Amino acid sequence: MTQTSYDSGASHGSLKSYTVGFLLSIALTVVAFGVAMSGTLPRPAIFIIILAAAVAQILVHLHYFLHLDTSSAERWNLLAFLFTVMIMIIFIGGSIWIMYNLNYRMM
Amino acid sequence: MFGRLTLSAMYHEDLIVMAAVAGSLAMGLALVVMITYKRKWTYLWTEWLTSLDHKRIGIMYICLALVMMLRGIADALMMRVQQAVAVGTSYGYLGPDHFNQIFTAHGTIMIIFVAMPFLSGLMNIVVPLQIGARDVAFPFLNSVSFWLTAAGALLVMVSLGVGEFSKAGWSGYSPMTEMNISPDSGVDYWLWSMQIAGLGSLLTSINFIVTIMNMRAPGMTLMRMPIFTWNALCTSVLILFAFPVLTAALAMVTFDRYMDMHFFSNTHGGNLMMYVNLFWMWGHPEVYIVVLPAFGIFSEVTPTFSGKPLFGYTSMVFATIAITFLSFGVWLHHFFTMGAGPAVNFFFGFATMIIAIPTGVKIFNWLFTMYRGRIRFTSPMYWTVGFITAFAVGGMTGVLLASPPANFVLHNSLFLIAHFHNVLIAGALFGYFAGFTYWFPKAFGFTLSEKWGKRAFWSWIIGFYLAFFPLYALGFMGMPRRMLHYDNPAWRPYLLLAAAGAALILFGIICQMIQLIVSIRQRLANRDLTGDPWNGRTLEWSTASPPPFYNFARIPTVHGIDAFNDMKEKKIAYRKPDRYEDIHMPRNTAYGFINGMLAFVFGFAMIWHIWWLALFSAAGLLFAIIARASDDNIHTTVPAAEVERIEQEHYRQVSAYQRSARQAQRRKFSGR
Amino acid sequence: MTTEARGIAATPHEAFAEHDVSAGQAFGFWLYLMSDLVLFSALFATFAVLAHSFAGGPTGKDIIHLPYVFGETMLLLFSSGTCGLAMLNMYAGRRTPVLAWLAVTFVLGFGFILMELHEFRTLIVDGHGPDRSAYLSAFFTLIGTHGLHVASGLIWMAVMINQVIVKGLTIPVQSRLMRLSMFWHFLDIVWVAVFTVVYLMGVL
Repeated sequence: MTQTSYDSGASHGSLKSYTVGFLLSIALTVVAFGVAMSGTLPRPAIFIIILAAAVAQILVHLHYFLHLDTSSAERWNLLAFLFTVMIMIIFIGGSIWIMYNLNYRMM
Repeated sequence: MFGRLTLSAMYHEDLIVMAAVAGSLAMGLALVVMITYKRKWTYLWTEWLTSLDHKRIGIMYICLALVMMLRGIADALMMRVQQAVAVGTSYGYLGPDHFNQIFTAHGTIMIIFVAMPFLSGLMNIVVPLQIGARDVAFPFLNSVSFWLTAAGALLVMVSLGVGEFSKAGWSGYSPMTEMNISPDSGVDYWLWSMQIAGLGSLLTSINFIVTIMNMRAPGMTLMRMPIFTWNALCTSVLILFAFPVLTAALAMVTFDRYMDMHFFSNTHGGNLMMYVNLFWMWGHPEVYIVVLPAFGIFSEVTPTFSGKPLFGYTSMVFATIAITFLSFGVWLHHFFTMGAGPAVNFFFGFATMIIAIPTGVKIFNWLFTMYRGRIRFTSPMYWTVGFITAFAVGGMTGVLLASPPANFVLHNSLFLIAHFHNVLIAGALFGYFAGFTYWFPKAFGFTLSEKWGKRAFWSWIIGFYLAFFPLYALGFMGMPRRMLHYDNPAWRPYLLLAAAGAALILFGIICQMIQLIVSIRQRLANRDLTGDPWNGRTLEWSTASPPPFYNFARIPTVHGIDAFNDMKEKKIAYRKPDRYEDIHMPRNTAYGFINGMLAFVFGFAMIWHIWWLALFSAAGLLFAIIARASDDNIHTTVPAAEVERIEQEHYRQVSAYQRSARQAQRRKFSGR
Repeated sequence: MTTEARGIAATPHEAFAEHDVSAGQAFGFWLYLMSDLVLFSALFATFAVLAHSFAGGPTGKDIIHLPYVFGETMLLLFSSGTCGLAMLNMYAGRRTPVLAWLAVTFVLGFGFILMELHEFRTLIVDGHGPDRSAYLSAFFTLIGTHGLHVASGLIWMAVMINQVIVKGLTIPVQSRLMRLSMFWHFLDIVWVAVFTVVYLMGVL
């Protein structure tokens, strides 16, 4: 049987999943901008909301647009991504901890 | 038209520099003349420079590493001589500007242009063969990676004659690298050569992770891979996640210099300490990148020459994975003294000490592999045993330095220099030399002279101890690193010993050069006819030496660790396949070379502010990339008949060798 | 016309081999994206450290206009959506819709770049360029690096539109489109982090 379309075996979504992801992303963006622009909530609350919205939207993008999930086809992609997240936390968190400490003591 | 490049950039007051430039040009010219005389330009172009064969690319990487090592050693010798004489009223023969360039070039060359190409070269030659693959996952990207590294090296070489090199140390701390303190071309040479070579390394890491994860022979699960391949995988993971940080850090320095930004400047809110933080976030994984392949080599050499399987395969794999994880969490130990508080310093000191544990596991595994083995003391084994003894000291001094209070006394002293040369030379470099000797016959089809190999080893190891152990003492005595001149006469005897050690190392290198010449001359007598000169255990030894360009006519099926040894024990090694198939291989292409040369021109143009040339070469790169990406005719097919012909020739040689070996055995036992 | 030129694998073996190559290419590209995440991590970490190094120059509140950024965000988010639609049509083998949606994606992405260039130009003209303070250096570099990635994606997209026209939806072309869409979605992910950390938190 000849193959006319590319199909790597990795998932590639459907109109429904792209639409769901898109609408969720719009909603999360509107929430984040809305909360920051209105300024009615106390600052710590705004901070947490926009951070949570960002994390949520990133997860939405990863799942609905980049098709990342726990299936066997995506296993190594998921593993690579989780390792990257660990590295990011160490590098960003570590840098902020170190530099805050240094700035306090040395500047 | 030429930016800030003027003819005066090519004139150097310093006679030594002019002599070095003249010498380099003369050697280059001699090479060109020799190639022309032997009419090998076409051969060089079609068989090597445009090759996408991982074996050829690997060999070119190692050639680059060895050539750059000569310049790195020259720098080292110059520093040792200077420090041996520049005490009290004598100021030696080097001025401060020159000396600073020398130690900067020495570090940059040895790490980025000797160690990285050497390990990339060995990984390139060996990994596809060890996993039973025909090539790496991305052969074209492989060529690009090599030529980018070569472009970086070329920039460093050009800096000798055109302008000057950086004086800010191989680590390039701010504010030394800022425009107001170092306005000349030096730091820019350093920035662009590191950045371009770094991109090459990043692409290599992607290549090898995909190769190892996707292209293993059927039956070769991850836990049946040779340990060198495991270490290549972990090294590639380290490169993938560490090098982007270097890219970012160098880019920020570049922006400070070229666009008057203020990341690391003294004014306008810049934060110098952030550079140090970013640099070592890359720099620490980098040293594990350099040493893990060497550990992998020892894990191949020890079982082969002990005649038994590696002790503790599983613990070896987990130790390597542990090192990979942990090496991302210790970088602050390079700047304990920058002023962080006790909590921060304790955390990183503790993490650094932990990372010594998996390394210790590895050393015990090698020792237990040798225990009760039938050891053959070939020169790779010499390098291995030399490593085990000397590296243990280096590791221990590392744990000592990991203690912040001790570090406050010893930071940037010669104790530190002794420690890291200890682990880099006796660790990484001895490993690369062992691998070089071990896999040389696979790459070229004949073995190296054992006699000269052993002479080289003894010179190197005695030279190493003489050159660096006095530095441990000097560190305790308070001598800092990078000293042009000193007043304390008590230091001198130690520095004289160190200079003698450096001279002995030079003799070791000369022995290695002689080894190459002698071995090439004697190559017909030392031919590796079977492809398995050492009675090896892994799949690369099942191919001819050198292997055909497609590596395996039929991809083997693997049933356990040490796949080739397994086949030999089951008496199914060298079994001919019932039929041969057409093999698809990538075509040669000039685009790897072209991309590398365009990158070199781009770097040179940026260094000298020749903006039109930078734009042109960048555009050229873009067009070259698009042209290659639009080319769908990148493969060629080798017909099955041709494959069969090559394979039959190899089997004929193997049978002939086995027959004569059996005859020799019979003669021996019949007393004739 | 040979089977190779049509991009249709002649035998199941060939088809599998091409799928194998595409899968490897996708994984390799994913790894590159992971390394890019680390690159952005270094830039984010630097931004966090320099976030208050105003050096007497403008602060976030002075230079950030959230409605404008919302507009940029919508352009990029919509372009992610249209890119998804292009991919769905690609899997269904419909060439003209692929070209149409790619073109729309390009226009939206180009709009994003234009808005960003306008923002940068205004800041520089007002004397708030990256040379004014460490905060602004980090601001321009983080946003500019993302913008450079988007611009590279646009060049790639233009090349791919050309390839779809000239070669059709061959397997190599589909594989390249797959990687381009991965890149494009990834850039939207990074933008979520950028607008949150630089812009939204910048006015708090």
